[in-house]
Parts: sequence; structure tokens; C-alpha cells
Amino acid sequence: MQKITREQLLEKACALLASGEVSCVLGWGAGEFGYDVTPTVFKTAEELKEGFVFGDFCGVNFSKYLVSKTQKLEGKILVFLKPCDTYSFNQLLTEHRFDREKVYAVGIPCEGMADIAKVKAIAGEGIVSIEAKGEKLLVTTLYEDAPVEIDAKDVLAERCVNCKSKKHVAYDELLGEEGDVLDSARFDEVARLEAMTPDERFAFWQNELSKCIRCNACRDACPACTCEKCVFDNPNSGVENKSPANSFEEKMFHIIRAFHVAGRCTDCGECSRVCPQNIPLHLLNRKFIKDINEFYGEYQAGAEVGARAPLVNYTTEDLEPGEVFDRRGENA
Amino acid sequence: MLKCSLDKLQALFAKIAENAKLYLPIDNSDGTASYGEWSEGTAWSNALNTTKSPKDFFFPQTEDLMKFKTEGKNIEVIDVRRECEDFVIFGVRACDVKSFDILDRVFLTEPRDSYYAMKRAHGIIVSVACQKPAETCFCGTFGIDATEPAGDVTAWKSEDALYLRANTEKGSALLDKLADLLEEGSDEAVTAQKEKTKKILDKLPLKELTTDAFGGGKTKELFDDPAWDALSATCLGCGTCTFVCPTCQCYDIKDFNTGNGVVRYRCWDSCMYSEFTRMAHGNNRLTQKERFRQRFMHKLVYFPENNDGMFSCVGCGRCLAKCPISMNIVKVMKKIGGNKGE
Amino acid sequence: MQVNEYKPLIVAFCCNWCSYAGADLAGNNRLAYPADVKIIRVPCSCRVNPMFILRAFQRGADGVIICGCHPGDCHYTSGNYYTRRRMAALFSMLDFLGIERARTRVEWVSAAEGAKFAATMNDFAEKVAALGENKRLEDLRCKK
Repeated sequence: MQKITREQLLEKACALLASGEVSCVLGWGAGEFGYDVTPTVFKTAEELKEGFVFGDFCGVNFSKYLVSKTQKLEGKILVFLKPCDTYSFNQLLTEHRFDREKVYAVGIPCEGMADIAKVKAIAGEGIVSIEAKGEKLLVTTLYEDAPVEIDAKDVLAERCVNCKSKKHVAYDELLGEEGDVLDSARFDEVARLEAMTPDERFAFWQNELSKCIRCNACRDACPACTCEKCVFDNPNSGVENKSPANSFEEKMFHIIRAFHVAGRCTDCGECSRVCPQNIPLHLLNRKFIKDINEFYGEYQAGAEVGARAPLVNYTTEDLEPGEVFDRRGENA
Repeated sequence: MLKCSLDKLQALFAKIAENAKLYLPIDNSDGTASYGEWSEGTAWSNALNTTKSPKDFFFPQTEDLMKFKTEGKNIEVIDVRRECEDFVIFGVRACDVKSFDILDRVFLTEPRDSYYAMKRAHGIIVSVACQKPAETCFCGTFGIDATEPAGDVTAWKSEDALYLRANTEKGSALLDKLADLLEEGSDEAVTAQKEKTKKILDKLPLKELTTDAFGGGKTKELFDDPAWDALSATCLGCGTCTFVCPTCQCYDIKDFNTGNGVVRYRCWDSCMYSEFTRMAHGNNRLTQKERFRQRFMHKLVYFPENNDGMFSCVGCGRCLAKCPISMNIVKVMKKIGGNKGE
Repeated sequence: MQVNEYKPLIVAFCCNWCSYAGADLAGNNRLAYPADVKIIRVPCSCRVNPMFILRAFQRGADGVIICGCHPGDCHYTSGNYYTRRRMAALFSMLDFLGIERARTRVEWVSAAEGAKFAATMNDFAEKVAALGENKRLEDLRCKK
């Protein structure tokens, strides 16, 4: 159901490799069951032809990989960027995290990526292959004789249902058509939680965060988390911790992580995608984005290179922390 | 073979819970399942696997080892070990039952780990045969029969009944206490059930995966395999695979200063982390490739070398399902050592 | 029999240039404020990392207040403007997680405002006392 095909991307990649413009390609590698796609560094056209795939399960945001790969790999890297990935790309450039000269960015349109958990909820377990056919996904399982037909729209990942932009904010070359910034309903869930009583909110987050196993996948996948040494890994920081020893540690980690990326998070949704326990971590980031928009004016991290993030900026007229709740008329 | 009709299942759980704490897989609201304590009305999940394995019961993610209190120049050492009571873990899959054997090798050989041993001695495992294996399952690769799980009691679920067979003294003692709710059942229903499952097992996509290229003595051959570079190239270095793994058993011991004393605790550690086994001289695995290689070499080469050929993977498929970049032991086994899985 | 009246433990981060001097002035003027307010001196209110606040709660604080120079009067020109934005965001997040909003506060206290310092602490301690012990951000390991 993606408008751009694997063949188009393959052709582009092979041409750029052949011309010597790029020395390697950061792309999606085929898995075992059609949905388990692995980000892969391809160095030759043969490798690409054998392993490169593109489809509805290619949700991985490659931007973060550029930080390490531009340092390690020789020559220019070809990277394919979906609209939301380009925001992370710009934000990393703003923070001088990689050398722009070492990257050849090809913007590709995206119709939204599928969430395998939603596919399984409809088609059942035992998925051995998934094929895209127009607007449908044909899912072959161990338990059904014929492939189960699913509407791709029904299994969109949450971040794609609430897609904020189909516009590419950075690229060297664009395949397909340029899209627009969208009006999304991405803050609705945050607003729903805000409308709850503090006790209900506490119960909600206590339940969600208690599932955390501190695998750090949210942090390690996050394009905004690019510290070479995370404070939670540093034995000299005083807060280093390898496990969610109790509910305090769980909250500490997630509050601080969200705060560290506040104003820099582009809302790409990788944190929630990778969470093995399905904790809606994106809601913490969106809360900060929503607040920042309300307190200091609309701001989209990564929309342009060089923008000053709201939490490292100020005006003399900013509202006081105590007024945050007055504004909503909640401090009565 | 004993049998309990499914409509009496809750009564069975209630009976077990009279004498011991009962834990079983419970559905979460987000479609996953996890082990939780049974209380009246708690439904047993149909999920094939819980996200976190049941190793938590014997080797918890965080566990206090001892406490210290200081007063003046005196240090008081407080032993926090308490004799625990019997508990029942119900609904453990064949792969996870096998993982306990692997953990036993680590924790119950000298020097015995008293924390683990105590919980292990008091835990009663009721396993359940699989009926709907997933595409990610490959327990057969490690010689595990999903239709014939080990454990203190083995259970098979049919359309209308749960069939139970005790395998150990602990298991018999448990079933004896449940005698009121059990009746004699025939083996035929179980055999039919097994046949049905075996047909699906034969269709599993990873059925052909073998361990031929691995095992003790393969270190030199596999350590420098050029494929490690590409396999580990995009590993994020998170700990998901190790924390959902039923057989990963590495831990770290740390002191926590509470402000009025010290708690010494241990917590799971992951060989994927940059701080893993850090020593005074620094880290001995400096790149993600080395850390990545360590994990799979440990499971497929070092562990069998030290444990009579026993691999420390049970093919439960959790890492296949949960890795953020879908890199996993199956992809490694197919690339390293020329094993293409054909 | 003695009845133990509950007294909240308050941690006050005070900037070196204004609020700490303000606390000093309150003391010199013998203005009473609760003895359970523990003052931690920081070079500037913007030195306060959100982690400090959470760790104060972990270690048993029932309320945390940050005091700095009045906006515009920062010894380092703009430090407290950053504090203002950061703490607005952080406090809103703590509230989002269901943690009582009266447990955290930012107040601007100059070196000349000994009376304001004492009044602020009295008021804050009273509000925190009304909430009782901090249960939502406690670390049981740190309890006596």
C-alpha cells in the first residue's frame, strides 16, 4: 500500500552506488516472516538485490544511525527518509551530531506504516508471510488455509494514524510527490489524560510504568537521545541504575528521559514502537510538546535546521511555573 | 492421566490457591500477557507466551541480597533471606520449563546460589503443552517437544478438559490435594491433541533450523567469522533480547545508599550494555560488535562447551518478536558458520 | 502522652546571590520559618537539574521549592529565565503523572526580602503539610 515501490528505491540506490556518489546504503533488510525488517548497511548492488525490502513494516527511523555511521563508514551514505524521519534528521543537524556532507538523503513518501501487533490482533498468530496488494495486506498464517485479507488502513501504527506531517523538511533528492503538514489529533490522548483527576492519572501511569523492564530500547532507539554516555549508564552520575528496582526508579527514568528530550523531540514515535511492554511512552513526549506549544507558542522540533529549542530559550514575559495551572483555571 | 473439565478450572485454581500462591499467565489490556497472581475470577490467558519469561520467579530482575547498617564504627550485616512458602507456577510452556534446567546449571552448581535455590525448591511447575505455536517458535531446534513439556505436572488442554499428569513427587503431592476435582481421563484425547499440534509444528517456518554449526569447541572457527560485522551493524545496544530471554542469567551486584544504611542488591544485567562487566581497567568489549558476538557465542558455543553440550537457548521466540530492529538468534544462526537453515 | 505532629520535610534550593541571602536576612531579623526547611545553596536557580528535585523526593522530601533572583535580576543575567521555563515544563509533567502540584514551587526572593522568604516557607510548609507525606514519589528503600 506504499505508493513508492521497492524497485524504484532499488534502482535509485544501485544507480547512486554505480556512479560512486555514495559508498553504502542504509536500508531495510528482509526478515523471516515479512514483517521483521532489520535496518541494514548495504555495500554492493548484489547485496541490495538480495536483501533490500520496502513495504508497510519499514518503520525504523534511520536518522539516529547517521550519528555513528557517518563516523565509522568511508564515503557518503545513502539514506532513505520518510517525512517524519526528516524532522529527526534536521534536529540532529541542529545539534551538530553528524556531518551533513557525508550523507545523501533521499526523501520518500510514506502512506503510514503498519503495526504488527494490530495485524496479529486481526489475522491471529502464526504469520508466515505478508504481501501488500493495493490497499490490502494479504496475511498468510499457519492456521488459515487462505491468506487473511486486511485493510492496511486498519492496522496503521498509532503514530501514523496521528501523522503530523507528510512533508519532507530535508533531502538531497525527493522521490514521489511532496506532501503537506497535517492537522493531526495527536494531542487528543494527552488531553484526555489531563482531564482526568490526579488520582486517575497517577493510577494510569503507575500501571503503565510498572511494566517497564528497563531494557533502554526507548532511549537507544530515540533520535534525540544521542549522548555518548547516558547519565543512567554512568556509574559516576549517582543515578546510574540497570533495573527498575521500584516504582520510584521507573518514574525517575521516564520523567528524566522525557525531560532531556523536551523541546528537541520531534514526536517520531520510535520510543513507543520499540517498547517490548507496549508502554505509551510517546504520551510523555507529547505532553511536553503540547505544553511548550501552549506556553511559548507553536514549535515543531526539526522543522528547520538551526532553530533554538524552547527550553534553551526564553522571553522576559514567560509565564511563571505557578501560573501553569492557573491558566487552565485548575488551581482553584 | 487425570482430567478436570474446563468449567471446573476456576475451582481448580481456587483449590491450588488454598495451599500455595498460584501464578499464571494473565492477559494485559494491551494484548500482551504476563504472569500474575491468581485471585478469584482471574482468567488464564490463551496467549502462547508472556512477554517476560517466568525466570523472574526464581531469578527476579531485582533482588535484595543483604543490608548494612552502620552505627559509629560498627557495621551490622542484615541477612534478608527468608524461608519462602511453596508457590505454583501454572501454564509454563515447554521452552520455559527447559530454561529452568539451564538456569539450574548456572545457579545450582557449586557454589550454589542460595537465593535461587530456595525459590527453586519451593516452586511447583505446572507446564502446559502448546496447541498453537507461533511462527517465531523453534524449540524443536533444541530438542524440545512442545507437546510433551517437562515440569512437576504436565497439562494438556483439550476442547472441554484439562488433562494432568504428575512427573515428580512435588507434582503428585499437588495433584493429591486436588483429587476432589479430578477424575480419571483417557490418554486418547491427549494423544489426539498432540498429533494435531505436531502437524502444525511440522509446518513451522523455522523447523529446519539446526545447531549443527555450533556447540563446544567451535570458538576459534566462529569467533572471527566475517558475518558478525554486518549482523551487528545496526544493533541498538538495548537490553530487550536479554531481558525477555528465559535463559539469560547475567546479573550485576550493586550497593544502594539509602541515606540510613546500604542495600546490596543484584539486578539483571545485559551483555549488550556498554557497562557490562566493567572492571578497574575499563571495559573488555569496546564495540557493539563484540558485545553482540558475546551474546550469541555464549548461548551457542561457550555455554555448551561448559555444560555437556547444552545450548542456552530454548527457541521460545521472544527475542524474535521483541527486538526493536528484528535482529535475533535465528538470523545469526543462519549467517554464522555457513548454516543457511536449508 | 506526646502526640507527634506531622511536620513535612521541605528542601529549598536557594540561589547564592539572592535567595540564600534572603534566608540569611530572615534569620538575622529573627523571622520564624519551619525548622524542617532544609536549604541547599546553588550558584544559580538554573543549576537545579530536574534530577535534583526527584532525588530530593526519593530521599524523603515532602516538598521541594526553588528560590532564585527575581526575573531580570539574575547574577548571571539570564539563568533564572531558563529556570522559569524548565520548571514550568517539569511541574506540569509531574502533575501529568498525578503527583500533587502543591509539592513543588518556584519563588523569586531577593536578598532584601527576608520577610518574603519566611512567609513563603511558612505558606509552602503549610500547603505541603496539608497533603501529608509524599507517597507518590517515595522510595521505600530510603524509609527509616
